[in-house]
Parts: sequence; C-alpha cells; structure tokens
Amino acid sequence: MTNKVITITSGKGGVGKTTATANIATALAFDGARVVCIDADIGLRNLDVVLGLENRIVYDLVDVVEGRCRLRQAMIRDKRLPNLFLIPAAQTRDKTAVSPSDMVRLIDEVKTECDWVLIDSPAGIERGFRNAIAPANVVVVITNPEISAVRDADRIIGLVEAEEKGPVRLILNRLKPELVKREDMLSPDDILELLAIELIGIVPEDEKVILSTNRGIPIVLDGKSQAGQAFRNIATRLEGQNVPFLDLEDRNGFFSRISRMMRSGGN
Amino acid sequence: MSTFFDRLLGREKRSAKQAKDRLKLVLIHDRIDLNPGTLETLKDELIEVISRHVDIDPGAVHIKMTQDGRQQRLIAEIPINPSGRRRSRKNV
Repeated sequence: MTNKVITITSGKGGVGKTTATANIATALAFDGARVVCIDADIGLRNLDVVLGLENRIVYDLVDVVEGRCRLRQAMIRDKRLPNLFLIPAAQTRDKTAVSPSDMVRLIDEVKTECDWVLIDSPAGIERGFRNAIAPANVVVVITNPEISAVRDADRIIGLVEAEEKGPVRLILNRLKPELVKREDMLSPDDILELLAIELIGIVPEDEKVILSTNRGIPIVLDGKSQAGQAFRNIATRLEGQNVPFLDLEDRNGFFSRISRMMRSGGN
Repeated sequence: MSTFFDRLLGREKRSAKQAKDRLKLVLIHDRIDLNPGTLETLKDELIEVISRHVDIDPGAVHIKMTQDGRQQRLIAEIPINPSGRRRSRKNV
C-alpha cells in the first residue's frame, strides 16, 4: 500500500481547509483505507469539532512530539469509521511548540500506521504553515472564488513551489454557479488561468455543510449533498482515478427544479 | 453602482471581469515583488540606457508584464527610429 501524506492549506483563513480535510479523510476511509488526519493548527484546533470527536480528546500532537504519550494513545478513533483516526492539535500551546523537523519525524511514524495521512494546515505563511507542509508528499491548496482568497492562494503556491513540494493541486470551494453564470463571480476558468495549477475539485456552495458541521458529521456521509459528492470525487481523484467534474448548472433555477421533481417522482 | 442602461449599453464591465482584471495586476506585482512605482522607474532607466546607443522615441516604448503559466515575463517593445533621421537630426 502506498503511503501518501497530503497537506491542505490556503493562506487565507476561513476558506474551508478544515472542512475539506475532514471530508476528504472521511471519504478515503469510507472507501476502506486506513486514514489518519492531523490538526496542525496548534492553539486554534477545530478539526476535532468538525469530525464530532471533541469529547474524546485525551492527548494531542504536542504530547506526542514532547514524548508525554505514545503515538497510538493520541490517535482518536472515529465514531463511525473504525479505520479513520484524528490526532488533535494542542489548544493551550502555540505553533512554536513544534518544528518542521518534529513534524517530519512524527509523520514518518504515523505513516507506518496507515495508508493516508491528511494534514490540516493553519492559515498564514508562518511557522504553522511550514510545519504542515514539511512532511507533505502532495500539497493541496484550497481557495474561494474571490479576489483575496485567490491572491493568498497564489502566494502560498509560490512558497510551496519554492520548498520544492510542487506541483500543487487546487480545490475551488464555495462556488456559486448562479453568480458565475451572471458573471458576478470569478469562474473556475478565470481562476485556473491566473493560478496555472492543476484543479482536483470544485465544491459548490451548499448550506448542508453548515448543518453537517453543526452536527459533527462530515457532509460526504450525506448521499444527497452536492458538496458531499464533490468532496467524494476529490478523494477518488487523489486515489488516482479519473472522475468527471460535477455539472454545476444552476440547480435552483425553475427548470432544473422541475426536472429534479419529475426525476424523483414529485418528491 | 451601475444602472440597467449602463449594462445594456455595455458601459460597465460585469463584476467578475473587474475582479479578474484587478487580480491579474495584483498577482503580477506579488509574484515579482515589484510595486508599480518601481516598475515605472525600471522603464525609465531602460529607456535611458537604450537611447544612449540607438535613437528611440520614449513615447512609443511599450513595456509590460505578461503571464506564461506561473512564470512572469517582462516584454519590452521598443521601436527604433531609422538611422537616416538620426543623422539628419544631428546635423540640425
């Protein structure tokens, strides 16, 4: 089995790094792989709540690095998928508690335990980001279709390439197809032209993501959500299979609503 | 804000187009770590150096930054005045 270490980063905060990490990890585990996801945002941990595992934390990443516990003790098993694990970030420390070489050493050990390691990077371009990309085989940059997020993504891509961790893959998150159609939102083509990197997924805006985060159940487990489907497709692409991109036509338009009603038998 | 007629007459670009154009410029300067002011200085100095050796019309010089994948390229278009005119100007 190939070991793959994937770091998800963005530069800008709030674009969906943690949501993407939780969902891609869950989708990979759902397909049967052994997956460990790691919250590298020391001091501002959140991957635990998105996965609904906040009540099970005993040890964290800094405890492992500083030798207060064994790796296995800090790996929290997911409630739903027995082959999915979380190593949470420490909440009462800061990013300087860990160095890039600590991370490389830690991940080398984690790799022996699983097929995939997913690292949720903190926002920014400082120590926490450096820690998160140091052990990566693949760096995934996530952005939103807005100027500030794309600008920060470009900066991050430059830094990742300078560290020789390229080629970077791109996830475009929270796209609103109806706004793109109206030419009031940057389109995937616009963004790809400017960033000039490989796209591995477009995730449409979906209010079900908010509900799923409220409940601590990743959206990929919801078979009806479009965002969930988009994240499942990203996982499949990371597994090396080709999946066509979702058809993100305006699903709230009158005709598509009617046609969906007909298809689902008026339900 | 644009009115319906502005849009109808194509007087205002859609916001996505504006975003893309603004982003394009911002990325150019971010990537080469050169602000617009420094780029202007570079242009002036370039003109000065070249005109020491050949006769050029500074007003016709066109210097721009283009994107080729993730690489930035500085393109300079410098029309050179015919040597005949140069000589005749010297004679005046």
